[in-house]
Amino acid sequence: MLLSVIGNYSLILGLIMGLIIFYFSAKNFKNPKLLDAKILSFTFLQFFLVVISFLCLILSFVVSDFSNETVFNNSHTTKPIFYKIAGTWGNHEGSLLLWLLVLTLFILIFLVRTKNQPIKYRILTLVFQQIIIIGFFIFLIKTSNPFNFIYPIPTEGLGLNPILQDPALAIHPPILYLGYVGSSIIFSSVLAATVLNIVSLKWASHIKKWVLSSWIFLTLGILLGSIWAYYELGWGGFWFWDPVENVSLMPWLALTTLLHCILVLEKKLILTSWVIILSISTFALSMSGTFLVRSGILNSVHTFANDPERGLFILIFLFSLIFLSLFIFFYFHNSSKNNANNFFWLSKETAIIVNNWFMMYFLSVVLIGTIYPIFLDVLSSQKISVGPPFYHKLIIPFLIPFLLIMAIGPKLKWIKSNIENKIYLILPLIISIMLSILIVKNFSFKFLINTILISSALYLFYITLRDFFSKGFKNLAQNIAHFGFSLLILSILFNNLFSTEIITNLKVGETFENTKAKIVFEGVSQKEEKNYKSIVAKFLIEDSKGKLENLSPELRIYNQPNIATSEADIKTTLLSDKFIVINIVQNQEFFNVRYQVKPFMLWIWISVILISFGGLVSFIKKEYEK
Amino acid sequence: MKNKLLPIFITFIFVIVFAIFYKGLKETNIYTPETKTNYEVPSLLVELFDTNEIVNTLEIFNSDKFYLLNIWASWCVPCKQEHPILMELKKNDNLNLIGINYKDTKKNGNNFLKEFGNPYDKIIFDNKGTNAIELGAYGVPETFLISKNRIIKKYIGPLNNVSMEEIKLFIK
Amino acid sequence: MKILKLFLIIFFIFPNNSLKADNEVIKNKITKNLRCLICQGQSVYDSDSEFANSLKIVVDNKINEGLSEKEIYTYFQSKYGDWILYDPSFNKNTYFLWLLPLLIFFLGGAIIFYKFLKKQK
Repeated sequence: MLLSVIGNYSLILGLIMGLIIFYFSAKNFKNPKLLDAKILSFTFLQFFLVVISFLCLILSFVVSDFSNETVFNNSHTTKPIFYKIAGTWGNHEGSLLLWLLVLTLFILIFLVRTKNQPIKYRILTLVFQQIIIIGFFIFLIKTSNPFNFIYPIPTEGLGLNPILQDPALAIHPPILYLGYVGSSIIFSSVLAATVLNIVSLKWASHIKKWVLSSWIFLTLGILLGSIWAYYELGWGGFWFWDPVENVSLMPWLALTTLLHCILVLEKKLILTSWVIILSISTFALSMSGTFLVRSGILNSVHTFANDPERGLFILIFLFSLIFLSLFIFFYFHNSSKNNANNFFWLSKETAIIVNNWFMMYFLSVVLIGTIYPIFLDVLSSQKISVGPPFYHKLIIPFLIPFLLIMAIGPKLKWIKSNIENKIYLILPLIISIMLSILIVKNFSFKFLINTILISSALYLFYITLRDFFSKGFKNLAQNIAHFGFSLLILSILFNNLFSTEIITNLKVGETFENTKAKIVFEGVSQKEEKNYKSIVAKFLIEDSKGKLENLSPELRIYNQPNIATSEADIKTTLLSDKFIVINIVQNQEFFNVRYQVKPFMLWIWISVILISFGGLVSFIKKEYEK
Repeated sequence: MKNKLLPIFITFIFVIVFAIFYKGLKETNIYTPETKTNYEVPSLLVELFDTNEIVNTLEIFNSDKFYLLNIWASWCVPCKQEHPILMELKKNDNLNLIGINYKDTKKNGNNFLKEFGNPYDKIIFDNKGTNAIELGAYGVPETFLISKNRIIKKYIGPLNNVSMEEIKLFIK
Repeated sequence: MKILKLFLIIFFIFPNNSLKADNEVIKNKITKNLRCLICQGQSVYDSDSEFANSLKIVVDNKINEGLSEKEIYTYFQSKYGDWILYDPSFNKNTYFLWLLPLLIFFLGGAIIFYKFLKKQK
């Protein structure tokens, strides 16, 4: 109980700190030298208060303090300690506290690391960030306080949904938020830079590391979410174009585009307006995501408990920020400083602009697909669903030129490239096409598009790999990231084309056999853990080559909340995953068994890690540039 | 003037977007399915629970009376809650009650009816749940009000006093 | 250039092996495209609810009756509304849905062309 009091008052003090910082910054803006030392301590104090609050919440979860409403709603004494801690941010209120933690942490780091930047810029960035922070404090304290009391104090909590009790999902929010919420700094600093009219090469160079770190965390965060979905949801799917997934993908697309633009702005003063718009949009998309997911306006497997009142607050908050940014952009931004467009059509600048063009198209597809059903329903009360087929049809054809340009673009020079000696680029293209025809023909897939898609991806794969061996550490970061992307597309394609599945009903002791595999349902046994009981089914699987494998899927019944889940058993190797789940059939003695062989799953995860590793290399390189 | 046009246009777009989201928040029912009604009862071959006969649905719903088609199962907890309402509705002469025993066994179904009473004039045995789907149902419990071979009202979830009164008004 | 011509000829001579539609493959494709109406955002393929399981049996029956993929979608659409289909059909409700991204693509291309490339000699 004391924890809740401390936690609650820390939040209120933090809000007051925010108001103090805002007031003093505004008041002394003309003579900023007065502020310098104080500002840093105030910001640190604010961060420290949020940390205290966060720790109080974690402790409340760990000791199962059910006088706290949030702990009561989301925890249980028998939950393992790891999930008790992770439960802190696995709910709406706690995750908002995590938002605040990252918001205050990042502005602190920003102030510390930008000591040699103009002081007015730093103060203004702080001011804009504080607007966001204060908004979130108010939102938290007023509508989503994690420290509400309930009386009488219950002896036991309601527990956390068992599908959320998974290691990948436990660390998914913190990592995702470091990316998602981290883009707030980019937002605040671009607004500050626009007001002071210092959006320039120097600023781009300075902001690049922030863009990179936000991007790396966001990439990894999305990866963790997909891994969780693969293990816990559905039958071996890892991306469903679910609204909540899309909502994390959109800031990623904007951030990736921004990253490429910064590369240009670092070197020449063009695209400044566009960089400003992208920087604002990334965070705006993050916040819109928060709105869509928490307001109850969307319905999905992933959504938090919804509440339209909270939705209204976020909506107003979000649009206030958008209108503020629009005002600053149109009022302060002076684009005449651009020393334009003196680059040839065949140049690296063009390649990056084309990249932007395609990325914005992909972003619009995801955005429209996610939001359109809402608009249609509000405007005409018609309900439609927009699912994977929509996204596939609109994105895949455009991936082909995108992959090809990704391969050729980096090889073009800045300003102008010569066409003459580019023959060595065409030969690998032909080889890629022939290779993919071979693959598609041998396995009789009738889709022409697969051939072209595989060849484009193979082309990128080959080019980046060759560059790595011939050019060494030049452009290493970009090579790794682009190589990772080609690997991702190839893995997803091959996984899609070569996955096999057997669905059958089996009783204990029965066997299923076809040309691809033999499944023996050996038996069931019972297991009891701290917070669930389970039936463990034992299977012996023999594949077409005679290799034997033991797999044991489970059916679990958790004690609190009383939910039954089906836990897949997945055997992962470099080449493929073997995936098996069982389910009870109502009123029957047999089980429904689903067995899948999914090639190259591991490579899907590895390729995303490679992509973010590319970002890390760029970050480290920038660090040593000083 | 051109300079001012773009910001105004963009601001206008965002105001519209805001208004749409605002309205969307007020209606909390986004993403729950519309219940399609006023369509014809499809012609299906179904098995009768008691006699194992195979009949066509058009034969079951062939008179001018009102029909209440109720989907139930012995393992369905809310079905037990709504059962008294069905027993009450049975008393109406101009209403025929047809049950669909959903994904159940005849043994368990019969035990259920023995314990709680049998309000149905006829029962369809739908152990795979396919008849329910072909009728456009979502699950159990669910009740359709049928007249002149058209489904005129759907109740998703257990019946309650409110829906019972509504049904009584319909069948007058 | 010669290599390119040769390969193009080879490519078009070889017949396109059309995949014999396995019933299972079609069924999976259809059920992945249908929304499980009582779940929160899962396809019939992914879901194990009663509704999904019964619907899978109905899909099986319809395939065996000889209905084409499109006819099966229309069948479910008539019972449950557009909501059950994950692939939004192209009708007056969805013109903007399908065309707006493409419009944006062409708009982007036009902007780039005029701002950056038109100034080339």
